[in-house]
Amino acid sequence: MIYSVVGHYSLILGLCAGLILIFFSIQNFKNSNQLDTKILSFSFLQLFFVLISFLALIISFVISDFSNETVFNNSHTTKPLFYKISGTWGNHEGSLLLWLLVLTLFIFIFLLRTKNQPIKYKILTLGFQQVIIIGFFLFLIQTSNPFNYLFPVPDEGLGLNPILQDPALAIHPPILYLGYVGSSIIFSSALAATTLNMVSISWAVHIKKWVLISWIFLTLGILLGSIWAYYELGWGGFWFWDPVENVSLMPWLALTTLLHCILVLERKEILTSWVIILSIATFTLSMCGTFLVRSGILNSVHTFANDPERGLFILIFLFALIFLSLFIFFFFHQTNKNNSSNFFWLSKETSILVNNWFMMYFLSVVLIGTVYPIFLDVIFSQKISVGPPFYHKLIAPFLIPFLFAMAIGPRLKWIRSDLKDKIYLISLLIISILISFFIVKNFSTNILINTILISSALYLFFITLRDFFSKKYKNFAQNTAHFGFSLLILSILFNNLFSSEIITNLKVGETYDNSKTKIVFESINQKKEKNYKSIIANFNITNSEGINNNLSPELRIYNQPNITTSEADIKTTLMKDKFIVINLVQNQDYFNVRYQVKPFMLWIWLSVIMISFGGLVSFLQKRI
Amino acid sequence: MKNKLIPYSIILIFLIIFAVFYKSLKDTNIYTPETKINNDIPIFSAELLLSNENLNSTEIFELDKFYLLNIWASWCVPCRDEHPILMSLSKNNKLIIVGMNYKDNKKNAKSFLDELGNPYEKIILDKNGTNSIEWGAFGVPETFIIYNNKIIKKYIGPLNNELLIEIQKIIK
Amino acid sequence: MAINNLNANENSERNEITKNLRCLICQGQSVYDSDSDFANSMKILVDRKLDEGLSEKEIYTYFKEKYGDWILYDPGLNKNTYLLWLLPILIFLFGGAIIAKSFILKK
Repeated sequence: MIYSVVGHYSLILGLCAGLILIFFSIQNFKNSNQLDTKILSFSFLQLFFVLISFLALIISFVISDFSNETVFNNSHTTKPLFYKISGTWGNHEGSLLLWLLVLTLFIFIFLLRTKNQPIKYKILTLGFQQVIIIGFFLFLIQTSNPFNYLFPVPDEGLGLNPILQDPALAIHPPILYLGYVGSSIIFSSALAATTLNMVSISWAVHIKKWVLISWIFLTLGILLGSIWAYYELGWGGFWFWDPVENVSLMPWLALTTLLHCILVLERKEILTSWVIILSIATFTLSMCGTFLVRSGILNSVHTFANDPERGLFILIFLFALIFLSLFIFFFFHQTNKNNSSNFFWLSKETSILVNNWFMMYFLSVVLIGTVYPIFLDVIFSQKISVGPPFYHKLIAPFLIPFLFAMAIGPRLKWIRSDLKDKIYLISLLIISILISFFIVKNFSTNILINTILISSALYLFFITLRDFFSKKYKNFAQNTAHFGFSLLILSILFNNLFSSEIITNLKVGETYDNSKTKIVFESINQKKEKNYKSIIANFNITNSEGINNNLSPELRIYNQPNITTSEADIKTTLMKDKFIVINLVQNQDYFNVRYQVKPFMLWIWLSVIMISFGGLVSFLQKRI
Repeated sequence: MKNKLIPYSIILIFLIIFAVFYKSLKDTNIYTPETKINNDIPIFSAELLLSNENLNSTEIFELDKFYLLNIWASWCVPCRDEHPILMSLSKNNKLIIVGMNYKDNKKNAKSFLDELGNPYEKIILDKNGTNSIEWGAFGVPETFIIYNNKIIKKYIGPLNNELLIEIQKIIK
Repeated sequence: MAINNLNANENSERNEITKNLRCLICQGQSVYDSDSDFANSMKILVDRKLDEGLSEKEIYTYFKEKYGDWILYDPGLNKNTYLLWLLPILIFLFGGAIIAKSFILKK
């Protein structure tokens, strides 16, 4: 009770601090010899208030204060402490409060850490950022206050959706938000730099750090979500082209493009308009994602409570930001005509342009695929579904030249270059094609497309692998990320080609046997935990090589809310995952058993970690 | 002129996007298949619940008569709610009510009918749920009104008093 | 039960088809991914249709007639989806044209 009051008022104080900050920014902007110390202290104060509010919510969750509506809707006394805490941001209101916390934290760090940049620029960035922050404050207080009071006070809460009670999902939102919110700094700073007409080499060097930070967190955030879907949603896939996943992929694609573009701007004052557009697009896409997810206009496997009023607020806010940035872009931005932008067709600039070109294509595929059904429904009242086949058909063929460009591009020099050791490059290409042909030939029916895809990925793999040992070549960060990407594509392709699966119905004691695999359903145990009952099925599985595994998938019947979840049992080894999951069948005494062998699963996760590690190296590197 | 065209057209595009999103906020996102009226009923053969006979659909549905096909199961809670409606419809001799017992076990189904009464003239079994898919249904309960081997009306979800009146109007 | 005792290779065609059918009960999932009652029945029905000798395309048409275009995850090329399939390609070509025009050909 008392914590809700503290939390609520501290939110209002945070909002006031935002308004005061805008006032000071305008004052300071007029006579800007020096950054007003009041700005720094109020920015700290705002962070402090939001932090207090956030802590108050955490405490309300920990002590199960059901006079708080958010706690009542999302918690339960029998829930383990860890999930009481993570439940704070596992719901709409709490997750927005976390957004706000990260927003205020980042702008404070930005003010503190930005040196060698004009004062006016810092103030203006703060101003734009405060517009976003105030928008979120209003959104939170107006439509999704986490501190609503309930009377009479209920004895027990409704509980957290069991599929969200999971360690990966406990840290997934904060990591993802760090990425999203980092892009808001890029957005504000790009707007400020455009207004002051200072999109330049020195700005690029400064903003690159923020681009990298957001990019690393966004990559890891998407990875965590994917890992969670793999083992918790219980069907063995890791990416479903579901709208909610697409929505996190779109800012990632824009951000990756921006990252490459900044590399050019870091050296040469070209592509300025493009960098600004990308900076605006990244944050806009993050916000657009929030809108699509929270308003519930898309249906998705990932359930979120939604409310049209909230959707309307985000929609208006989102378009206010879009029109503000359009206005600034068209009104203030001047293209630098004298610094002409021609370079030889074979140069690093061209290869980065090619990267941008393909990335924008991938982004447009994902964006159009996600929103097209909405448009068709509204305009023509036709309902269609856009699913994995659409994305695969449009993305896979374009991935091939993209991978080749990724292999060759980084070897080129700036402005003008020609390729050295052509023989070596061509011989590697032939080796890649041969290897992939022999791999594919034995397994797949679509020989041509798979061979080309695997050879292009293998080619990138070999070239980046060799470059680790080459002395001429020093860009370790880039090479790690590209190597990781080749590994990711290879793992996904092999995983697709070589996965095998058995779906069958078994009773306890029964055995399933085909020539390759023998599955023995040995027994069932029951277990009672604090907030769920579980049925554990014990299987013994023998494969053709005689390797024996015991796997025990679980069915959990949660008490609050009353939901049954299937927990897969996964045996992970270096080369493959063995994945088994059981399900109840209505009114039958057998279980539906699904057993999958999925090669290279671990490598999918590791390669994504490697990609973000490349980003981390680049972040820590001093500019050469 | 040319350099003004681009900003204006971009602003126009965003306004259209805004309008579309705004409108879609009000629609539900749950898809329910459209009721295709005047579709021919599927041809199938199925076991009966109360006897061990096997029947073809042509033996069940005759021309020039109104039929009501109701998909139900003893484990389905809304089916319990709509049962009284079916009972009162069964008193109408212009309408023949056929039940389709969906993924149920026979014992539970029979005790359900013993408890609440049996409005059905015949009950066909749909043990694995495929029959109801042939009909274009996707859950329980669903109700079809059939005339001359064509589906003339379809209700998704439980029947209620309003629908009772509507059905009585149709068969008049 | 029809789905009993089939090994992985025998039902791979079934899997391919059910991956492309959207489940009406849990609307974010494909029939293949879902374990709802409806999805399980769909799987049995797809098996039966395959046994009856229907081709993949005929099965899609069969379900499309029952439940509408929505049930298919692969939106075929038709008057509703021209823009969906062609817009990304157009954007790609447009992007290529811009790059060629403003950077490479300008000497």
